[in-house]
Formats: sequence, C-alpha cells, structure tokens
Amino acid sequence: MVTTRFTKKRALIALLALPLALAACTDDDGGNDAGNEEGGGGGGSDFTFAVVTHASAGDAFWDVVQNGAEAAAEDLGIEVTYQGSGEPDEQAQLIEAAVSDEVDGIVVSLANPDAMREPLASAEEAGIPVITINSGENESASLGAITHVGQTETVAGQGAGEQLAEAGVTNLICVIHEPGNIGLEQRCEGATEGLGGTVENLQVDINDVAGAQTTIQSSLQADPSINGVLALNPAIGVAAVDAVAGAGSEAQIATFDLSGDVVSAIEDGSILFAVDQQQYLQGYVPIVLLKLYQENNNIMGGGLPVLTGPGFVTQENAATVADLAEAGTR
Amino acid sequence: MTVAPAAAPPDERMVTAGLTRRFLQRPELGAAVGALAVFVFFAAITDAFATPSGIANWLDAAAPLGIMAVAVALLMIGGEFDLSAGVMTATAGLVVATLATEYGLNVWLAFAVAIAVGLLVGFVNGIVVVRTGLPSFIVTLGMFLVLQGLNLGVTKVITGTVQVGGLDDADGYGSARALFATTVEIFGADVRVTVFWWIGVTALATYVLLRTRPGNWIFAVGGSAVAARGVGVPAARTKIALFMMVSTMAALVGTMQALRLTSVQANSGIGLEFEFIIAAVIGGCLLTGGFGSAVGAALGALIFGMAKQGIVFAGWDSDWFMLFLGLLLLIATLLNLYVRRRAEVMKR
Repeated sequence: MVTTRFTKKRALIALLALPLALAACTDDDGGNDAGNEEGGGGGGSDFTFAVVTHASAGDAFWDVVQNGAEAAAEDLGIEVTYQGSGEPDEQAQLIEAAVSDEVDGIVVSLANPDAMREPLASAEEAGIPVITINSGENESASLGAITHVGQTETVAGQGAGEQLAEAGVTNLICVIHEPGNIGLEQRCEGATEGLGGTVENLQVDINDVAGAQTTIQSSLQADPSINGVLALNPAIGVAAVDAVAGAGSEAQIATFDLSGDVVSAIEDGSILFAVDQQQYLQGYVPIVLLKLYQENNNIMGGGLPVLTGPGFVTQENAATVADLAEAGTR
Repeated sequence: MTVAPAAAPPDERMVTAGLTRRFLQRPELGAAVGALAVFVFFAAITDAFATPSGIANWLDAAAPLGIMAVAVALLMIGGEFDLSAGVMTATAGLVVATLATEYGLNVWLAFAVAIAVGLLVGFVNGIVVVRTGLPSFIVTLGMFLVLQGLNLGVTKVITGTVQVGGLDDADGYGSARALFATTVEIFGADVRVTVFWWIGVTALATYVLLRTRPGNWIFAVGGSAVAARGVGVPAARTKIALFMMVSTMAALVGTMQALRLTSVQANSGIGLEFEFIIAAVIGGCLLTGGFGSAVGAALGALIFGMAKQGIVFAGWDSDWFMLFLGLLLLIATLLNLYVRRRAEVMKR
C-alpha cells in the first residue's frame, strides 16, 4: 500500500515537473530576453517582435517564413517570437497576447483582414508598429500597417496562367487547399484570366494531403480532357504529380511555392514550373523593416507593397535553387 | 405518491451531509484545483499573464469555449455527444453574415434566423438519435460533415467567395455588437462581454441542473435512460431538448464570433467540438453520462484558455505548442483525478 501510494505520488510530481523542464529547455530565449531588458535603457536595439500568421504549425511554406524571421532575429541580435493559427479568432487572440506582452513590433499575415481589424487597432492604440505579410495587401494600409511585404496574388496567378497557356494547357484545374483563404481564390481568378481557357476550381484539404491526391486523381479520371493542374501549395503540387501518374493522365503540373521535393520534381520534368514568392523574404524583411522603423523611423515602400514575387523556377534555374530549398530558406 | 414514511428509518441517501463533506463531493473541485495550479504556474513564469490585460486575453480565449463547454456538459450528463457543435458555430456565423450583408437583413433578424437554424439542427440530431437508437457519436458526425459541406457550398454559391465580410456595415450591427461582442473596460483592461455571457450561462445551467425538475431528468436519462423512462421521466423529450439547446448555444456563440470578427470564414469551427468535450471532461463530466457539472465545464474551459494563451505568453517554441497544450491538459486532468480520489477518501 505504502509503496504504491509513494510511486503514484512520485509519478504525479514527475508529471508536474515536466512542463517546468520543458520550459527550462526553451528558456534560453527567456534568459536572453531578461538580459536584453536590463540593457534596454542604454542600447537601442533590444527589441522583441512578434510574428503571428494564419498558418498552423507544420506547414512547409510557413516554416520557411519562420526560418526567415528567426534568421533575421539572429543576424540583428534581437528577439522574435513566431505563432500561428488557422482559426481567425485564435489568430486575433495571439495578436492581443502580443499587445499585452508589450512587444516592439508585430508582423501579421492577413488571410482574413476583417477579423484582424480589432486586435490591430489595439496594437495601434498601444503604439506598436505593424507590418502585414503574404496576403491582404489591399487591406494593409486601412488596418494601420506601416508596410505590406508580399506578393500580389492576382498578378502571380495571371503569370502562372500565361505560362501554362504557353505550354499548351487549355483545360486547367486549380486546386484550392485552404477553403477559407481569399488569396488562393485570387490566384485561381488570376490564372483564369492568364490562361484564357477553361479553369475549374477544386477544393481539397491541406491537412489531408493523401486525400487531396485521390481527389485530384478522380477529377482527372472523370474528365480526361483536363490537361493542366495548378497547385497552390508545394505539398499539393507533389501530390498532383502522383495523382497525374495514377490517373494515367498527360496533364502538365505547375505549383505555387517551393519545397525540396518540388524543386527535384521540376528538375526531372514532372512539374513544369513553380511560382516562387520567396517567402523567406516575408519572414526576414519585416523584421529588418521594424527595426529600422523603431531605430530610425524609416518606412519602406512609399505606401505601396514591398513585393517578394512572383519569380518562376523552371528546369533551367532549378539546380541553383535546389540546395537552398533543402536548407529551408527557399 | 404522498404516503407518509411515518415509521420508516431515514434513507441513508437522504441524510444531510456536513458542509465540508458536501464541498468535497462536488465534481468541480478537482477542476478548480487544476485551474488554480495552471494560473499560478503561468503567473509565476511569465510577466504578462497575471496583468489585467493578460487576464482579459485568456478570459477572451476561454469564454466562447466555456459557453459551449457548459452546454455540451449538460448534453454529456444526459448521456449523449454532439460532434456537430463546432461546425454549427460557423454555420450560424455564416447565416448571420450572409443574410445581413448579401440580403440586407437587419442583424437582429439574421440572428433570429440563425437561432432557428440552431433549433432545427439540434432537433434533427435529437430526433434521429432517439428514434433510431444509433450512437449520437455517429449521428452527429454525419451532421458535422453535412454542415461542413453546406457551409462551404452555400457560401460559395451565394457570395462567389469563401468568406463573408463587411458585417460592420449592416443594419443593427452596433446594437447587436454592444450586447454580444463589445469589450468593457475593467481595471484598464478591455474585457470581452462574452466573458459575462459565459458566467451567466454557467449560473443558469447550474440552477437548472441542481434546482429544477428538468435538471433531475438530465441526470436520470444520462444515468440510465431505461430506468428513467420507467419512473416516468420523458427521456426522449429530454434528450431532444438537450440537442436543441447545444445547437442553439452554438448559434449564439457563432453569432458572437461573427459580430466580433465582422467576417466569417466558410471553413472555421472544425475541430472545436473536441475542445468543447475536452473542457467538459476536464471539468468532471463522465463520458458515460449521468455525472458532471456546469461549473466544472466552465472551469475546464478556463484551464484550456489559460494553457493556450499562457504558452504564448511564456514564449515557448510554437512548433511544440500542441505538445505543451496536451501535457498541460493531461496534468490538469490528473491533478483533478487525484484531488477527487483524495476527497473520496476523506469523505468516509
């Protein structure tokens, strides 16, 4: 009896201690932070910036954005936190948390601009500068952001459509992987304009890539006249390669954004090209811009968005990009 | 029914327990200790967590969850699940936003329609479960997928896009927002009005559960529907009413979210149903029904909200967010269990 109670108690204590230990693991940052705050009076560059995106953890594209932001933090010797949630109310709360934490600047992606209006207003009220990234360039200024760093989605979609038309595509499916994201819809609209042929939107779920592959495959089987697939995410692009092979289709594939797998697929010719918005810049640049704003009151872009894309990665330039993509910076 | 038990010895179940013992018997005691532990933990390791604006932040995260957790707790005490409750919040939000922005309806009228949709969805859930005897897990999972499809499909057909925005320009937005989504300044922090709704709903649910006849019915049908029916409890009606109450509450919460964000995304709400159930279980609800409390579920939601925002305040690596959250919830639940076991020992 005594021994069992004893072990039970110890197990409970061990469990209680676990998050403390985990906290200690990540406490390097916290330690730094405290050190910085102490020096804060004298120096000028002990900033903490919060990056809050609409992406859930584990997304290959946003991982590169995070890498960019963290690299900038390290290069500049400042503190950056990265958080994200696909639910608009949660993203809003993450911004509110950053405001409560009195950070020196906030970087936010605007997949759902309306939902960010209120938390960004409280950031403005607290005198915290905001830079928007990725989608939402049209709403950026009205939400009080000093600059927008991203890619114009319609223009990028249009470019992709034109390139596909050149490659002989006439009947295209545009694969939308996040049903609520307005930027993806704009890409497909742009592609429709650029292609000048038939474009059908196809809904899949980014959290279920295997399911996405079967959905693409069955729509290719259902309509053999489809001769092009435009994916809007690298993981979906790779899934589309398998889907096209599985359906025995001749459809050509293009994708938005890069990953190591996408680059090797471009090298071996199974993906025609990738629209590269160089999202590493969307992580890195805002941190630099916020620091410049805080230290020197500089604002870049002159009221226009700072564009990070679109660039096109094709078979010709794929090799140079390959190593970088593997390293998680392209 | 009115035979006086004149000479019968007093039933041991009817003996009035002492105050301490009654306190220890409460199902929410463990959750209260868990909530206190999580609060102390984050208050100790972060600067912002225990400040007024920090508290407002995690209360804001906990409130919508708390309202739903209380509703779901009642349903679970009644012995059923509702997996469609999370997506129902988005459905209601979309109904309000679409009717108000696309068809120019007054927000209040749109809200009434959303409530009607909630009642209908709950009624369908309930009647199918009661009539077929199928597990509510399956029936409401079906409803979950139906609503998910409708949310995207209908929104796309009506608006041509996947999010409905611009609700702040609709008639009646101001007054609706004042009741459902505004913030109130307390100690210099902007506290969301949903927090007060949460407290109100918890109080009302507690009263119904513990002081009214329908409350007894809920415990009875969750304990054993057959036995309950045997002693004259309207089991089918009670269950259907519970399903309708949950969906209607989801409609209320969905409307609150829509008014607050002024836009609704067609794919939101998915996965929330499990958060509701988790909060109710942390708060002492049994998955098998017949036991639980509204206050406990509210405390469960509080633990969830504090853990979720506390991790952010602590600046822990976001890649590990779900791990941290899962561990914290497990620990809170274990602590809950431990306290309850100790309480049972002390009771004897």
